[in-house]
Amino acid sequence: MKKFKLSKTLKSSLLTYGLVIFAYVLMQILISGGHVSSLMQGLLVPLCVYAILAVSLNLTVGILGELSLGHAGFMCVGAFASAFFSKCVQDSIENSFIRFTLAIMIGALAAGAAGIIIGIPVLRLKGDYLAIVTLAFGEIIKNLVNILYVGKDESGFHISFKSSLDLNMSPNGVQIIKGAQGITGTPNDSTFTIGIVLLLITLFIVLNLIHSRDGRAIMAIRDNVIAAESVGINITKYKLMAFSVSAALAGVAGVLYAHNISTLTALPKNFGYNMSILILVFVVLGGIGNIRGSIISAVVLTLLPELLRGLNNYRMLIYAVVLIVMMLFNWAPACIGWREKIFGGLRKKKNTKEAA
Amino acid sequence: MSFITYLINGISLGSVYALIALGYTMVYGIAKMLNFAHGDVIMIGAFTTYSLCSTMGLPPVVGVAASVIVCTVLGILIEKIAYKPLRKASSPLAVLITAIGVSYLLQNLALLMFGANAKSFTSVVSVAPLTLAGGQIKISGETIVTILSCIFIMILLMLFINKTKAGQGMLAVAEDKGAAQLMGINVNATISLTFAIGSALAAIAGVLLCSAYPSLTPYTGSMPGIKAFVAAVFGGIGSIPGAFIGGILLGIIEILGKAYISSQMADAIVFGVLIVVLLVKPTGLLGKNIQEKV
Repeated sequence: MKKFKLSKTLKSSLLTYGLVIFAYVLMQILISGGHVSSLMQGLLVPLCVYAILAVSLNLTVGILGELSLGHAGFMCVGAFASAFFSKCVQDSIENSFIRFTLAIMIGALAAGAAGIIIGIPVLRLKGDYLAIVTLAFGEIIKNLVNILYVGKDESGFHISFKSSLDLNMSPNGVQIIKGAQGITGTPNDSTFTIGIVLLLITLFIVLNLIHSRDGRAIMAIRDNVIAAESVGINITKYKLMAFSVSAALAGVAGVLYAHNISTLTALPKNFGYNMSILILVFVVLGGIGNIRGSIISAVVLTLLPELLRGLNNYRMLIYAVVLIVMMLFNWAPACIGWREKIFGGLRKKKNTKEAA
Repeated sequence: MSFITYLINGISLGSVYALIALGYTMVYGIAKMLNFAHGDVIMIGAFTTYSLCSTMGLPPVVGVAASVIVCTVLGILIEKIAYKPLRKASSPLAVLITAIGVSYLLQNLALLMFGANAKSFTSVVSVAPLTLAGGQIKISGETIVTILSCIFIMILLMLFINKTKAGQGMLAVAEDKGAAQLMGINVNATISLTFAIGSALAAIAGVLLCSAYPSLTPYTGSMPGIKAFVAAVFGGIGSIPGAFIGGILLGIIEILGKAYISSQMADAIVFGVLIVVLLVKPTGLLGKNIQEKV
């Protein structure tokens, strides 16, 4: 009989899925037991949003090796496209499951398209220049969404970048996107279960991409562009592939986000560069290129300020200090040496014990 | 005539951006890192002057001097504690994230000490406004002082870098750290000096910025910081004249864009111009083009 053996990558992937499912089951048990405060329950969907964002950004930063500071921009595109769709079809499609599934697809497609449009010029640049241009695109998206007015009446859609008066609608037209006031009354379709399912789908897409031929090509580009090119890898194609998949997944996170709140506005704190940077913090702290780490650090860093809530004003200060200390501990060569001395010593002891 | 007024206002705003961008570009040139906390050093500088001048009523000169000293010390401390241990880290992202951590730290320190409400900053400038062309062009005292001090600082900085040993040392460290060390340059001291100068310039920029736009919150430095970062990249990051030109141009574009195209789209215009410039010239206006070798 042939022995069934799992490959190392499959084992690692299954561990990641298992971790997410375990967390979900644990939360469900805790909720049904009444051990979870309403505050924590309100955090569950945002946790899924952040985890999806971190995983998708890790595809760009960790696997493709390009620093992107405009990830929140793609989330913004996905959020607004899907919220707009949901708002339009709210009356015609009653079934919230079908409506939300369509909304997710539209959000992902819109963000993915934005990823391709932005990716073509941006991926020509290198390093820090690429980072600043993605930041610039993210800010432009936020700025444009803030002045976008869309209304609907009998003759169809009206779009303006000036004010609601410039829409020239008939008196019984309805405004859907109201500039800086955003979209109000989006159906609240997001649930924790859907969030977890989307996170699992995201993981499935990203992990399969990484372990496929395409993924190996992308990592070859990351490690050495010239060498990758010389063995016949199409640089532009694979860079664009990673970038747009990452953007589309950020769009999915945006859909989840948009359908979890009643008023969707593009503020600096939710779609600005601060958000992009926050996601980058998750990715780097979780380990660049380590998908499981991204999820864990997204969850820990989102929960940390909430757990410190008792300390009121000091909580963000402590958060900042913890962030700096964790970075120094994880990355400083001196700290790594010191860690290896201690843990290496422990490991040695264990090994000698086993040998004996 | 209004065009000239806008242009002068643009140069004034651009001067502030240029001062901040100089800090970014010098630090990038020497430490190869994006110092995201730089914008918050501006805010700390402005708060120092605010608490000394607006609250305690000390003369502006004392306030500005104190703010320069506080920021210089702060800049050196940040570098020593947060960035230096990561100088040889395996990924350049590590120090970037630490810089973000420092930025959060400074913002939240200011939030704890001064609260979230916007403070109204009393201008440190007491120069009378200048009226030209029979009253058609009016230039505020703040504008004049900002432009003049930026030019003055720029000349001083160029002299310092080109004529003094320490300045030449900075250029050498920026070029090649190892070789500079072999030539007997104290690399650590030079990097500290760079952070000190950058932070001192940020303090002055903060005071000038808040004199012109007198609302001060813990997040005041954030957006000008990012804009100045854009200016530094625009001019070619690592290049000192580039930061100056980039800053001034960005200020002019922002003010003219606000005046003639759309005030709501000003940020989009600024970032749009940056994208266009980088697509045409991928290393910025005066950036060095380094060819990658196999």
